[in-house]
Amino acid sequence: MAETIKLEVARYRPEQESELTFEEFEVPCPREWVVLDGLNHIKDQIDGTLSFRWSCRMGICGSCGMMVNGEPKLTCATFLTDYGLGPVRIEPLDNFPVVRDLVVEVTDFMEKLSAVKPWIVREEEKPLEEGEYLQTPAELDAYKQFSMCINCLLCYSACPIYGLEPEFIGPAAIALAQRYNLDSRDEGAAERMDILSEHDGIWGCTFVGECTRVCPKNVDPAGAIQRYKLTAALETVRSFIVPWGSK
Amino acid sequence: MSDHPAHTPYHPRWLRRRMSTYWWLRRWRHLTFISREVSSVFVAWFVVYFLLLVRAVQNGSAAYAAFLAWAAHPLVVGVNLVALAFVTFHAVTWFNLAPKAMAVRLGGKRVPGVLIAGSNYAAWVVASAGVAWILLRG
Repeated sequence: MAETIKLEVARYRPEQESELTFEEFEVPCPREWVVLDGLNHIKDQIDGTLSFRWSCRMGICGSCGMMVNGEPKLTCATFLTDYGLGPVRIEPLDNFPVVRDLVVEVTDFMEKLSAVKPWIVREEEKPLEEGEYLQTPAELDAYKQFSMCINCLLCYSACPIYGLEPEFIGPAAIALAQRYNLDSRDEGAAERMDILSEHDGIWGCTFVGECTRVCPKNVDPAGAIQRYKLTAALETVRSFIVPWGSK
Repeated sequence: MSDHPAHTPYHPRWLRRRMSTYWWLRRWRHLTFISREVSSVFVAWFVVYFLLLVRAVQNGSAAYAAFLAWAAHPLVVGVNLVALAFVTFHAVTWFNLAPKAMAVRLGGKRVPGVLIAGSNYAAWVVASAGVAWILLRG
């Protein structure tokens, strides 16, 4: 096994560059090192000006998503030894503006996420003395998969539709909307449908399926979107048949 | 928020990268996706072809014979063969994707995707066998 590996790291320093450039670094490559360890080695030992986001190092915080050899990856879960002798090319996530080096601007996603109301919506809260909202294991199972999303944005980076049409509300926001729609305690499905059934909502998706493929938590956003298309289509049919019915 | 903020010490100058026009040629998976999208054109072609056939049948035996002669032209046969390949690709990818859209639960457990796709294929085989029986019995 090689003792070191070459990393080609994208740099963007807005005060001196107007395009991405690449800088090569030779870093140690022990068996247990992930790409993030390599970046931290650069930051600590070679060039302290390299900027990137990270926090938990264990696939929970969703901060360290980057393009690794052209694929969106969590760098804390991508082992250097999987790339043989290298080199490994590390770039900021596709489809997002770059702020500096490997740091991208994610406000667009944050605004879309809050638009779909990713929280439990109740028409009326029941009195505290009536206790908790109980759920059966089957009711939990209905949405649990979608609740695993860590907002790492690998799905947005993999989605060519989002790259071409940034107005598209995108995979994670829709999957998280479904997470609450399918929750037995939630009553906000009608409110979310107003946003999700717009052109830039679910119908923007043409089912490329890349979001599901790159998701590190097996959330299956593509599945969430297709299931929601079926729900929205059935709701439209129902509103034709029973136009006086409330949503 | 402005897309192109001026560069000041207090506001970063973001770098916006454009997707290449030929992004779909770079990966095999993307090319497969675009082929699936293009296959819709051939589905539409088969609908048009079928409508032309119905019109020819309606207009009598002379019109029908003319339609058959046109349909036997090598160019039309070639187009139909390409269309058949694309429509088959369209159908197969459609059936393979069906489990994503259908979350069927039986006895508290989600039905495996293989069974949902399998039932779609089974329905396809039954429908094709029915059509073949109608065409070949006489």
